[in-house]
Amino acid sequence: MSFLKSLLVGTAAFALLPMAALADPALIFDLGGKFDKSFNEAAYMGAERWKAETGGSYKELEMQSEAQREQALRRLAETGANPIVMTGFAFAEVLKKVGPDYPDTKFAIIDAEVDLPNVQSIVFAEPEGSYLAGVLAAMASKSGTVGFIGGMDVPLIHKFECGYVQGVKAQNPDAKVIINYTGTTPAAWNDPVKGGELVKAQKSQGADVIYAAAGGTGIGVLQTAADESILSIGVDSNQNHLHPGKVLTSMVKRVDNSVFDAFTAGADLEPGLKVMDLASDGVALAMDENNQPLITPEMQAAVDKASAAIKAGEIKPHDYMTDNTCPVQ
Amino acid sequence: MILTPLISLALAFAISAVVILAIGESPVEALKVMVEGALGSSYGWGNTLYYTTNYIFTGLAVAVAYHAGLFNIGGEGQATMGGLGVALCCLFIPWPHWTLALLGAAVAGALFGALWALIPAWLQAKRGSHIVITTIMFNFIAYNILTHLLSKTLRPLGSMDPATANFPPATHIPGLWQLAEMMGFAWGKHSLANVTLFIALLMAFLVWVLIWRTRLGYELRAFGKSEPAARYAGISPVRITIITMLISGGLAGMMAVNNVMGMSERLILNAVEGAGFFGIAVALMGRNHPVGIVLAALLFGFLFQGGAELSLWTSIPRELIAVIQGLVILFTGALDNMVRLPLERLFAARRRKEG
Repeated sequence: MSFLKSLLVGTAAFALLPMAALADPALIFDLGGKFDKSFNEAAYMGAERWKAETGGSYKELEMQSEAQREQALRRLAETGANPIVMTGFAFAEVLKKVGPDYPDTKFAIIDAEVDLPNVQSIVFAEPEGSYLAGVLAAMASKSGTVGFIGGMDVPLIHKFECGYVQGVKAQNPDAKVIINYTGTTPAAWNDPVKGGELVKAQKSQGADVIYAAAGGTGIGVLQTAADESILSIGVDSNQNHLHPGKVLTSMVKRVDNSVFDAFTAGADLEPGLKVMDLASDGVALAMDENNQPLITPEMQAAVDKASAAIKAGEIKPHDYMTDNTCPVQ
Repeated sequence: MILTPLISLALAFAISAVVILAIGESPVEALKVMVEGALGSSYGWGNTLYYTTNYIFTGLAVAVAYHAGLFNIGGEGQATMGGLGVALCCLFIPWPHWTLALLGAAVAGALFGALWALIPAWLQAKRGSHIVITTIMFNFIAYNILTHLLSKTLRPLGSMDPATANFPPATHIPGLWQLAEMMGFAWGKHSLANVTLFIALLMAFLVWVLIWRTRLGYELRAFGKSEPAARYAGISPVRITIITMLISGGLAGMMAVNNVMGMSERLILNAVEGAGFFGIAVALMGRNHPVGIVLAALLFGFLFQGGAELSLWTSIPRELIAVIQGLVILFTGALDNMVRLPLERLFAARRRKEG
């Protein structure tokens, strides 16, 4: 009984907890984990950059399970964190439910559209960046066969796939693209072993450049591709440095910029849809000293040309999610 | 009776404190966060009671089977399939009012859970396949069936989540905080506990009636104590095994009313969150008696909610919170006799002295 008593006394004594200071921004990472070297890590880098530049502090949270999304979001909103940035489309349904209960808190969701007066929806023009990656892959391939490995089989990743295939075919109409997905559940974002297996399978079918749009699974894709002496293309973050000279390029989504911007805007975060595309540097191909030896002047010229055409609106890579189909296979 | 679990608990917390110290965090601070987060506010209580509701169902499921000498560790899978039943029932039947939907969903959840337990029960009764093996394997089958259905069949067009569509508003059952609001006072706004808690308590009472006040319960206990004796008394082992497992699976399946219908209001992956396995520890700690199970479920509800708060507000890694929960299970469930035997000896010695 004495134990129970001390518990009760303890409860009474500590009426208040040391919670996050008021109006600090907050960042919630999706199931892939903070250090996935990809999507979530890009968001983390943006938050860290904001911290370094402003000297402010922020609250961060890693999701443990599907069921805790709502609770985590509510608890953060209740501590007064503002704005609350979350990575990943999986938060969309929960945010639709929680958002209206906290009209004074601003939310930002990356990769999904939530139409609420206090939510900024940040979406990226993945087809544009993937198109450029496809152009580059078609030029770097000697066999005429390239590969695509997606994470979870969802419309969002088909967006990457469709843009990539269009770029490949635009550069080399006879090229063949082998497409595989890691799985149908969120676990597919974090399965590097399976990613590696898929690389081996695609290589045996002749693929010599493989684009991974698979979150943490991509680590295994890039690793195995380097081991098997074929080229790979990274995604979300700049992954060129992971295997210098063996990663052709990375299709960078500037998730870090969008987190940085949201944190900087603070409570004045502008609600509505924010599209990050090539023209606004929201998506880009990563070119640095690590992949310099792989990029010939002709490749660079072709990418620059396609990039200019997309920015000018002359080429419009098809967006899979507008009609759930892709014009090329 | 009450002393053993308390001492076990104190031991588990003591070792957890050492572990927390070892990673350079303050155990006092950690306990503070857990207690404050789970019991320090009506909101915390609301969430604690939500998890408690889950554990009452799964704890009762394990206990009923245990009284018949059957070890049902398939609660996880049965609750998963129960979730499927609840989801189908909420999505495809146009319910006029939530009270009817609640009843319908409870029946559907129990039915799906019971049917999922029927196959291992039949295999045990007729073919002698050990129920521990079959029920645990059925957990994986249930999980994979659900994964397939959610990612292929039940996912609404254009949605990216492996989850069903949201249930229609008529099937939204009120949370305890909404009931409190109706009665005119504020309590635990937006917390997770809902009216399913009352169903869980009702089930606890019914299980007590079943086990100790009915003929079937008597047969069930007799079968659990000694199968040859029960057989000699004319009790059919096949019948008892199958009926017990149907009840057990039904109780586990009914849990889905709480987490699927009451909380997420749509069916998501991994909605059960290990409650099926926690149910084993709850039943062990509650000595397989409904009153004990309700109390043990409350403790585990506190641990789960407190653990969630720990991961929200401290830098203690989430893996370590699982370690703390594991220690409590180890001490209160598995190592129960380690505390019980010395205690019993102590009391026996005292009594002898007095006598």
